[in-house]
Amino acid sequence: MCLAVPARVVELLPDRRARVDLDGVQLEIRTDLVPEVRTGQYVIVHAGFALTVMDEEEAEETLRLLEEAYAPGELPQP
Amino acid sequence: MRLESYRSPELSRRLAARIAVLAREAGREIAIMEVCGTHTMSIARCGLRSLLPANIRLLSGPGCPVCVTAQRDLDRAVAIATQHPVQVVTFGDLFRVPGTQGSLEQAKAAGARVITAYSPLAALEAARAEPATQTVFIGIGFETTAPAIAATLQRAHTEGLENLSVLSLCKLVPPALRAILTGGQARIDGFLLPGHVSVVLGTQPYAFVPAEFGVPCVITGFEPVDILQGLVMLLEQMHGRRAAVEIAYRRAVSPDGNPSARALLAEVFAPCDAEWRALGTIPASGLALTPAYTLFDAARRFPVDLPEPAPQKGCMCGEILTGRAAPADCPLFGKTCTPETPVGPCMVSSEGACAAHYLYGAR
Repeated sequence: MCLAVPARVVELLPDRRARVDLDGVQLEIRTDLVPEVRTGQYVIVHAGFALTVMDEEEAEETLRLLEEAYAPGELPQP
Repeated sequence: MRLESYRSPELSRRLAARIAVLAREAGREIAIMEVCGTHTMSIARCGLRSLLPANIRLLSGPGCPVCVTAQRDLDRAVAIATQHPVQVVTFGDLFRVPGTQGSLEQAKAAGARVITAYSPLAALEAARAEPATQTVFIGIGFETTAPAIAATLQRAHTEGLENLSVLSLCKLVPPALRAILTGGQARIDGFLLPGHVSVVLGTQPYAFVPAEFGVPCVITGFEPVDILQGLVMLLEQMHGRRAAVEIAYRRAVSPDGNPSARALLAEVFAPCDAEWRALGTIPASGLALTPAYTLFDAARRFPVDLPEPAPQKGCMCGEILTGRAAPADCPLFGKTCTPETPVGPCMVSSEGACAAHYLYGAR
C-alpha cells in the first residue's frame, strides 16, 4: 500500500500538476503535497501524488559512504 | 541518480557480512520488526532472510493497511456498496478481502457498482463524470496515503462536489507501535520504520519509542541495500547500547518530514480512536474528518445495517500481525488458505505477511 516510486519531473503544468518520467514512461501527477517542486527534480510518487522531493545529493552521499565503509577487501569490524 | 546501486549484490553481501559480525557479537536472538507491507514484500522478494545469521529474526508487524482493517469496517464498506445505490471506488488491495457477508468483489459480482483504482483521484473523476450518482471512496492507508486522500477531498470541497464522500479507515503508525510495545505480545529489539510513512512524518512522532521503551529505530527505504543498511544501523545502536530514531533513507526522508503534507492532513482529518484487527481499539490511531469536511463522511451519509462479525476459525492473522506467530505456524496456511482462496487478510493483500511467505518462501 505504501509502495511509491521515484520519477523525474519533466514539466510543471497549471493547477498543481506535473508531467513526470517514470523509467521512460511519462505520466501526469499532482503536486499539491510538494508546492516547492521544480522541473528536473526527482519526486516520489504515490497514489497519483508526488509525496516528496528527493534529495539527489543525499542519495549520492549515502552510496559514497556505504561504498567507502564496505569497500572490497577487509571486512569491517565493530 | 544512481538508484540502481541500491540494488547492488556486492554491496548487499558486504553489508550482510557486517550484520553477521554484529550478530555474533550480540550473542543472543535479536527480533527486529518491520511495520510496512512494502518492507515485508521487499524482504521476501529479495530473499534477504537467507543473507542473515540465524539469530536475527525479522518479524512483520501491523504494517499492511488492508491487513489491519477491522472486520466491522470492512463490513461497513461492503454494506454501503450493497445497501445504497452508490458507486464505490476502492484500492485494489481491499477488493478481495472477505468480510462477514463476502468481499467487495463478491458484492460487485452480485450487481453492486465497485471500481478499483490506484489513486483517490479516480473517485473524484468518477464523481465529476456522473453528477447524479453518489460516489464513495473507501479510504484506507497510513500517513503515506492519507495526504493524497486529503488533497482529493480539498479539491472536492473547493469545487462544491456534493456526490463524493469518503469512508475514512485511515490509520496512524506511531500509536500502533505503542500498542505493540505495551501489549507485551512479542519481544522486540528494534524497529525498521516505514520509509514512505516517514517521508510525511519525519522522526519526531517516533521519538517516544527509544525515549520511553529504549528500543532502537531506523527509518528505512525499500531496496536491498536500504534494508540491510537499516539492519546494520539497528545492530550498531544495540552494540553501542544506544536507542534513537535514525534515518537510513536520507534521499527521501528529512528529519522534519513533509510539513505541507501534514498541514493538508490537519485541515481535512483529525485523530480519532480506531479499531485494528488483532490489536483492538487504539486511542487516537485513526483519522476522522474535521468539522469543515463532515459533509464528505460516507459513514454519516449512508447509514447501514451491519452483520454480527463472525471470526474466521483457525485463522492466525491476529497473531501474525503482532509478531507472535509466523505464517507457517497457521494451520490453514497453504492448505485451505492460499492467494487464490484466501481466508484472512494477510493472505489476500498483495503485501500481507502470508502472501509474501506463500509466494517467496521463508528465505
